[in-house]
Amino acid sequence: MAKRVGMEVSLGVSEAVKVADVDVIAAYPITPQTHIVEHLAELVANGELDAEFIPVESEHSAMSSCVGSSATGARTYTASSSQGLALMHEILYIVPALRLPVVMTVANRALSGPINIWNDHSDIMSERDIGWVQTFAENGQEAFDLSIHAFRVAEDHSVLLPVIVNLDGFTLTHVVEPFEILDRAEVAKYLPPYKPVQRLDPEHPMTMGAVGIPEVYTEAKKQMEDALVRSKSVVIQAWKEFGDLFGRYYHPVETYKTEGAETLLLTMGSVSETAMTAIDKMREAGKKVGLVRFRLWRPFRFEQFVEAVKGIKNPAVMDRAMSPGGPCGPVAAEVRAALYDQPNRPKVFSFVAGLGGRDVQVSDFEEIVSRAEIYAEKGAPATYDLIGVREI
Amino acid sequence: MIEQDLKNFQKITQKSLPTFEGLAQGHRACQGCGEVLALRQVMKALGPDTIAVSATGCMEIITSSFPQSAWNIPWLHVAFENVAAVASGVEAGLKAQMRKGSLPEKKIFIVATAGDGGTADIGLQALSGALERGHNFVYVCLDNEAYMNTGIQRSSATPYGASTTTSPSGKHSIGQNTWKKDMPAIAVAHRIPYVATANPAYHVDLMNKVQKAKLINGPAYLHIYSSCPTGWRHEIDKAVEISRMAVESRVFPLYEVIDGRYVLNRNVKKPISVADYFKPQRRFRHLRPDDIAHIQARVDADWEALQQKVALTNPASPEPEAVSNKKEE
Repeated sequence: MAKRVGMEVSLGVSEAVKVADVDVIAAYPITPQTHIVEHLAELVANGELDAEFIPVESEHSAMSSCVGSSATGARTYTASSSQGLALMHEILYIVPALRLPVVMTVANRALSGPINIWNDHSDIMSERDIGWVQTFAENGQEAFDLSIHAFRVAEDHSVLLPVIVNLDGFTLTHVVEPFEILDRAEVAKYLPPYKPVQRLDPEHPMTMGAVGIPEVYTEAKKQMEDALVRSKSVVIQAWKEFGDLFGRYYHPVETYKTEGAETLLLTMGSVSETAMTAIDKMREAGKKVGLVRFRLWRPFRFEQFVEAVKGIKNPAVMDRAMSPGGPCGPVAAEVRAALYDQPNRPKVFSFVAGLGGRDVQVSDFEEIVSRAEIYAEKGAPATYDLIGVREI
Repeated sequence: MIEQDLKNFQKITQKSLPTFEGLAQGHRACQGCGEVLALRQVMKALGPDTIAVSATGCMEIITSSFPQSAWNIPWLHVAFENVAAVASGVEAGLKAQMRKGSLPEKKIFIVATAGDGGTADIGLQALSGALERGHNFVYVCLDNEAYMNTGIQRSSATPYGASTTTSPSGKHSIGQNTWKKDMPAIAVAHRIPYVATANPAYHVDLMNKVQKAKLINGPAYLHIYSSCPTGWRHEIDKAVEISRMAVESRVFPLYEVIDGRYVLNRNVKKPISVADYFKPQRRFRHLRPDDIAHIQARVDADWEALQQKVALTNPASPEPEAVSNKKEE
């Protein structure tokens, strides 16, 4: 039976991994991911979860062990963050190439330097093109639900790709929230045991990780891309079934008070909840503002997004990462690309805020909206605005 | 414990060589490659119930150019520096699934192979982690003493005095100016149950070591001498001969370390000189007599140190087989 609990979100993620009945966890500690893997180690140690916990000596080895484990057909999980994710970088590309449904939680944290353990999205924006399905959680309940959903999508035979569930470090991972925990029996209805299509098996020897010469490399990449594009419908269908079973429905793009909105905030991650508060306040003051939140970052759902922003005059994207030397924040770049081919496309305004744990408050969203309104009228700067930066 | 693990050990002899081939012919190794010879012997001794994991390197590229594969057993390649970590995951994946009943209980051997660069340099951390954690697998370092796949660049396993493309000999350079990293000693320092050196010119000895390594519970480390005609610049029909000379000159002694006890497998009572060993290899041809004398002194000292380790850890050690110039029986 599902039960409502007050729990630290990290522990909730570990509970989700437990009820997903994973076989192998390979993990290396990094702030702010630690509570997730500590709790998993505890669950294994006290017999609540029958799994192998490999306390590897680095994140590079964490992901490498995940590859080995998943290649034998084991349900495999890890979690990381920031520098750890960057250290995994090389192997991250190889997991989808081998079509292995590894699931990873990323507790989003700023990348060094300067060294900073607090939240932003610079770690995951550097991993945009690794070929994994990527979702973003806004709150504890979503972190739990998306973790279960991740295994379901990853292991679907028409997908067979790894999945990352992103949650903001500290601002989400370390807060205690009330949410509903599903039990194993309930999750079993939604998530059947993993049946690998192919695995390392002496009865049926196969070669995995062969050399891709120029004559085959492009085709191999095309097959991965096709699978990632196909995953869109699986992601959506799996969310629908999740809703039908457990009553909580999720969509790739969520809208909030967009009816009649002229200026639209676009956000991703836990900051969306602050953004909703800001929208409420501005709506009360008579401003025509709304909010679009991205839950599915890869594959990017252009169709749904375009539908959600139809008729909007001033889309204002708030990125949690910079693209140094580039034209705008990384999410803003995607939004511009999505809208470029639309008739009567709006200008897209790019704002970057909340770097390295800098608090993003309601007033920051008010500032963004008022700047977007001014830019819409008088023309926008060529690049992006860094919100809250001090002149030095 | 180890005695228990080895109770099913059946010594391979020249007359009972395994007919199984885990690695098929038709791969793309250079002519006269000593490394692929060693790899073939390893796979013969491991048998069909094996999962092999390879690091990036010569053996990976010559055996797996899609859509062809030389592997008759399940095989996985991920990257260069992580083969021990990948093998850790394979072991854990099988263990969990067998325990939980999603796979039938069955003994499957896991072998991780890498070159000297993938072991002593870039892969050392992952290897150390896997040995320390105690995964039940066999790690094989196929040591051809440089980065041959990328074009003969020096590694920390390149011997002193060898000329490579990144430690070239020259007016101001002797070639490699550091001594070969002692990888077996590093493996021993992890206090794993089994460490051994082997050499494909002594194929029966090599295969028996692989057999022991696979039967012993816990990590096993095999350091295998692998001659490279391309990188060492020797004639392509000299791989076995040079491999034999490495043992006969005491440059590459054959020994085992079983639970910390050293066993010398071949006693070289009348060694050939280092100069003789160097002669057919053009990577050493720039060395002057005094350079070679310097290296000879080091080889002598290392041999003495090995004898002392045997005496210290294993005083009851049986007299090892003497090296003869006859073919291994």
